[in-house]
Amino acid sequence: MKNTPFQLQDALNRRIFLRNSAAAVGTAALAQLNGAISFPNYAPKAKRIIYLFQSGAPSQMDLFDPKPQMEKQRAKDLPESIRQGQRLTTMTSGQKSFPVAPSMFKFTKHGKSGMELSELIPNISGVSDEICLIRSMFTEAINHDPAITFCQTGSQLAGRPSIGSWLSYGLGSLNRDLPAYVVMTSFGTGRREDQPLYDRLWGSGFLPTHHAGVRFRNSGDPVLYLSNPSGVGRSMRRQMLDEIAALNQKDFQAFGDPETATRIAQYEMAFRMQTSVPDLVDTKNEPQHILDMYGPDVTKPGTYAANCLLARRLAERDVRCIQLFHMGWDHHGGLPNAIKGQCRDTDQATAALIKDLKQRGLLEDTLIVWGGEFGRTIYSQGTLTETNYGRDHHPRCYSLFLAGAGVKKGHIHGETDDYSYNIVRDGIHVHDLNATILHLLGINHERLNYPYQGLDMRLTGIAGNLVKGIVA
Amino acid sequence: MLRHLILLLALPAAAAEKIQFNRDVRPILSDKCFHCHGTDASHRKGELRLDLREEAMKPAKSGEIALVPGSPEKSELIARVILDQSHDDVMPPEKSGKPLTRAEKAILKQWVTEGAEYQGHWAFIKPVRQELPKVAGVEHPVDRFITARLEKEGLKMSPPADAATQMRRVALDLTGLPPSPSDLADLSDWSDKKYGAYVDKLLASQHYGERMAMQWLDYARYADSNGFQTDSSRQMWPWRDWVIKAFNENKSFDQFTIEQIAGDLIPNARRDQIVATGFNRNHRINGEGGIIAEEWRIENIMDRVETTSATWMGLTMGCCRCHDHKYDPLSMKDFYSFFAFFNNVPESGTIQGASNRSGGNSLPITTVTTPDQEQKLAELNAEMKQAQSKVAELTKQLPQLIAAWEPKAQETLGKMKAVWAPLTPTKVESKNGTALVKQPDGSYLATGANPQKDVYVFDAQLPEQGASAFLLECLTDPSLPGGGPGRYSNSNFALSAFDVYVRHADGKQELLQLKKAEADFSQKGYEIANVIDDGKRKGRRGSWAVDGPNRKENRRAMFVLQEAIAAEKGAMLLLRVRMEAIGGHNIGRFRLSSSSLPSDAVKLSGEPFSPALKLAIETPAAKRTPQQKKDIEAFFRANVPNPLKQADSALAKAQRAYEDFDRALPNVMVMQEGPVRDTFVLKRGEYDKPDAKVSMNTPSVLPPMPKDAPVNRLGLAKWLVDPANPLTARVWINRTWEKFFGYGISKTAENLGSQAEYPVHPELLDWLATEFIRTGWDMKGMQKLIVMSAAYRQSSKVTPALLKKDPDNRLLARGPRFRLGGEVVRDQALTIAGLLVPKIGGPSVKPYMPEGVWDETSKYGDLRGYKADSGEGLYRRSFYTIWKRTAAPPTMLMFDAPTREVCTVKRSRTNTPLQALSLLNEVTFVEAARGLAQQMMTRGGTTPEQRIAYGYQRATAHAIDADSLKTLVNGYQARLAAFSKKPDDSKALLSQGMLKADEKLNPVELAAYTTTASVLLNLDRVVTRD
Repeated sequence: MKNTPFQLQDALNRRIFLRNSAAAVGTAALAQLNGAISFPNYAPKAKRIIYLFQSGAPSQMDLFDPKPQMEKQRAKDLPESIRQGQRLTTMTSGQKSFPVAPSMFKFTKHGKSGMELSELIPNISGVSDEICLIRSMFTEAINHDPAITFCQTGSQLAGRPSIGSWLSYGLGSLNRDLPAYVVMTSFGTGRREDQPLYDRLWGSGFLPTHHAGVRFRNSGDPVLYLSNPSGVGRSMRRQMLDEIAALNQKDFQAFGDPETATRIAQYEMAFRMQTSVPDLVDTKNEPQHILDMYGPDVTKPGTYAANCLLARRLAERDVRCIQLFHMGWDHHGGLPNAIKGQCRDTDQATAALIKDLKQRGLLEDTLIVWGGEFGRTIYSQGTLTETNYGRDHHPRCYSLFLAGAGVKKGHIHGETDDYSYNIVRDGIHVHDLNATILHLLGINHERLNYPYQGLDMRLTGIAGNLVKGIVA
Repeated sequence: MLRHLILLLALPAAAAEKIQFNRDVRPILSDKCFHCHGTDASHRKGELRLDLREEAMKPAKSGEIALVPGSPEKSELIARVILDQSHDDVMPPEKSGKPLTRAEKAILKQWVTEGAEYQGHWAFIKPVRQELPKVAGVEHPVDRFITARLEKEGLKMSPPADAATQMRRVALDLTGLPPSPSDLADLSDWSDKKYGAYVDKLLASQHYGERMAMQWLDYARYADSNGFQTDSSRQMWPWRDWVIKAFNENKSFDQFTIEQIAGDLIPNARRDQIVATGFNRNHRINGEGGIIAEEWRIENIMDRVETTSATWMGLTMGCCRCHDHKYDPLSMKDFYSFFAFFNNVPESGTIQGASNRSGGNSLPITTVTTPDQEQKLAELNAEMKQAQSKVAELTKQLPQLIAAWEPKAQETLGKMKAVWAPLTPTKVESKNGTALVKQPDGSYLATGANPQKDVYVFDAQLPEQGASAFLLECLTDPSLPGGGPGRYSNSNFALSAFDVYVRHADGKQELLQLKKAEADFSQKGYEIANVIDDGKRKGRRGSWAVDGPNRKENRRAMFVLQEAIAAEKGAMLLLRVRMEAIGGHNIGRFRLSSSSLPSDAVKLSGEPFSPALKLAIETPAAKRTPQQKKDIEAFFRANVPNPLKQADSALAKAQRAYEDFDRALPNVMVMQEGPVRDTFVLKRGEYDKPDAKVSMNTPSVLPPMPKDAPVNRLGLAKWLVDPANPLTARVWINRTWEKFFGYGISKTAENLGSQAEYPVHPELLDWLATEFIRTGWDMKGMQKLIVMSAAYRQSSKVTPALLKKDPDNRLLARGPRFRLGGEVVRDQALTIAGLLVPKIGGPSVKPYMPEGVWDETSKYGDLRGYKADSGEGLYRRSFYTIWKRTAAPPTMLMFDAPTREVCTVKRSRTNTPLQALSLLNEVTFVEAARGLAQQMMTRGGTTPEQRIAYGYQRATAHAIDADSLKTLVNGYQARLAAFSKKPDDSKALLSQGMLKADEKLNPVELAAYTTTASVLLNLDRVVTRD
């Protein structure tokens, strides 16, 4: 090793000064200073990620995983050879029968690859040549809270950092005026009682809290406490900040505490955010044809479409990790109607985001992920009728797609059995997906760790393998 | 990188000094080797074990010997680690990502040369009290250790901080509040004695207990919600009150521990000792639909094990849930044996005895009372007893009463023929435009658009005999979705309330209370009882729904009035069928009937009495069977007006009064020991994969349980605070040190296992730990000892040279300086502003929070629609703020508070732009700035100079220098001019917050001072304690 104690000390001192300064450098990125570990580990394919989380678990066999052969099995009981004693939630474990409910929706082939997709998502189907569709995702949890926590943090229980926090910690921020990790949420129109979200999903766990996602709010200030109190204008605020800085500077001279210097810098960044964030969320100068592309909801703040447009604007400003959470995919009953509402919310805007990034050259270095926390059952929860059915939670397989930087285009990965119940080929565990996402951003997931309670903690626990089959 | 720093500090002159295994070698082996060559047999590589000396000296699988003491050239360990990084055989291997530094390699080599001696892990060895180092002119034990070490480094302590700084530092550390102006006015003749007296005053303050509790709540993962998906409310503040009180009484730490871990098992446990066990019920409880309760019962226990071991022992036992510990000598068997202590709580694992949606405490619980409440309970109990004896007395007369009634019996029965008579309405309509079409059978069918919510209005004449109950029939119809009774797509409906009003002939209208509701079928979680408002539910109510195997059938529900409506000419019944809980779940076709039978006779089925009863009455008295006699007695007692019936109802009333009062008392979740459950090692930590059976025991690497301790939680608690336990006292001392100095003596205050940092001052840590035990676990005493030291009281001024030598100030050549915790930042601002309401304890409060704080991410549970309090709740200390785990108070999170979902024993300390925005713009701080400005104007003198100097002094405890004063006065003048031009701006600024601005003050001036006060509250030295 090349470090001498002096270099180490030097690195430490620089660390003290750099700590959080303008959030310009992630803590782990500082490890480069002592040469031990550095990120990225290799040339990244993606500079940033837009993760479109579909909370509640979208039904794979109604959207992405066609099973026309199920029509013949309609209303017949799910065979035990398929179920194999699989654990069920107590919402359906007491059901007397498990009648197969074929999807009501038609699938047709799209694009050069002939990817079969549902009529529910015509716009996403329109960009199928950009998509890497995974039909063989699987997970460990069967209830929402642990499952979504698992996707986001690699653990079903609370307390671990979210994927965006890991990226902020490992790679740091790419810009001086905005946070490294931004989160936006929207309610779905498909189901009234959407599954809730939790702070921990974008929390920093045991990582320092400045790596936590900053949630843009749908009412009031987009970033908490961004606006000056009424009666205080921008020039007055500047003047007040100058006084704060002058007095802090004096204390810095007197006490020499580097944290004081950092605080001076953070107040300056706060001031810059007071301009950069309103500028970011002000979409009035977007041309009409762009707004039309995202659909009619785009002008309603807090909708998925509006958030997709903001995601593009954040990507343009080099925010490292942008995450949307759209609620309302938990369709235990009345699925056909409910899923239509969800697709109305998300289909057009998702496709628009992909197209919009592409036409700006941003898709080349932006990774997009679209998916939920688990899949749904082929059998109907509650009564099956010609026009109605519901589906319970199903962790053993689900579909998810990626697009953009570093992933294969127009590609389908993995396969499930006739009932979309078990994976027959190329399963991808949540840890594998996260390892692959980190890889695309230039990080070896086994190297991105943080010492906590005597352990080297990782996003992927002690598991996770890079899925080479989906990397371009 | 952490470890490099330690090496630097720990090895001032490594080459010259003999290697100490624990200080120098263990950190290297533990971090870089034990993962593959340590305790976990399943992950061991090459059959090599480096954690045990004898093992390391045996040939490994390769035949080579890792350690040959005294001969580094023969030791394979050395041969492999000094290989070039690119070599295939280098250790640690490239892919571990943990290369050794040159310094580390040198240490290993020197260690082997010197004989490769091992030591047990330092924290697992009982602390040994060392002689105090002799340092000329230094008395205080802490200072003797610190100075001795500094001298070795060629350093010395800084001069003492000025009196005001010492005062502010110790006040913020011990009470979380700044010193008062009167304290600060008395700084003359500052001496140890005077400082000591001030420390005593702080320790005696009730705010001391609050400050201590603040930290304890993080450990205990305290919150006001159940966590997980729905995250509805719970009530654990009585436990929080217990903690505050315990600290204020200076309960010894051993007793503090025993009561929280096992207060319920102390013989003749007092109520407060049981309340203390709430510590281990503060974990989250999952009520998500579809969960398997047992899986989550196991998680509750896992949480208790992790929390208890982290809080008291600084161990990460959670690692052993799936495999033997990688670094510490803790096995899965140790983990599950520890687990067994917590496995006997009578709990299901999910929400129990409460509602997932509308909140409440899950069993087991205990009520908490004040002396007044105890008295009231006794009175109500006496009334109940009196009513009982009246009933007993009259029961003796029952045969005579029945005999007197017999002649009229037939007549009575004749009157009770029909239970339910359909009501003929004068008006039927929907509140939301649904067309309700009358059907030939007297029912009404809903048609047209199905609204999100609806209320069916149904007015009818009060029937001639009055009314005691109502029947709601929900009927299927082919026109409805799926041909069921409901209008939702799955045929379901959800009734949220059934309101009964009576409008008397004189026009007066009243809402009547329902006594009970019964249905022929209820969906799980949507029971008919939800429809009754019994006053227990806050906010949103539940509903009655009928999804399930038979949802497409006719359904009936009856609602019985608390008091029947007496016959009255001209009175009207106004019935309201409410469907307001779940969108679109309206009833499709319904019919309403009423009954006037005595409430006990009304039956859902419509049969007032059984044919058997009829037969019994027709049978001559002498020929009746015992069963027939019993039936008649029961019927008579319940339905025929008589003195016993009156006594029965008086008793019922008294019982209700008692229960209502008891139910309204606060309760708290507590530990309880139910029947002992078998405990098994769980494969991969999964609830349904039991392996070997284990029983309650403490980890084998630590000393055994005391001989006289029972083998249960109480024994565990005693073992934790047994002087033989090497961890407990060290952990508490180390964290206390962290609170006062910014870092623990071992920096890894969260973990004292093998991966812990070797302490910077190991002898000091051990001396303090033994002193803590020697003084009878005296928490106040130990804190006084530490804050009296010169090390604590020195100036925090740092030079570049010192910063370079010791950036984190581990050696303490200067005083500690760091940012205040989030709660203290806010509490200090409220105090300086004169706004703080210093009330101690009680239920959580709701200060200002951003709009939609609970609603933007959830539509579940009862913690939604956050509305700030309008009175003192806005100005209480921050740690009383209501804590919803999935959407915790945002400002606290910004200032590094954990979410409280799991035990957290260490907070990060960040410095971010979001914190700046909060301090500048959040209404709390804007209102506080105005509060400070008002004080500046009313108490600070008459000129801007005087007033600003006063404000600065309040905010910082220090006098302002001329230069800074000039800067602030200039700024003030400029803003005064700006506000004078735009007086509306000053009004707008002053209108922030609930309190009105002082009207006696000129608003333009006050606004300008408010901005200057805001500058003051944002200063680095204000949010920092130095």
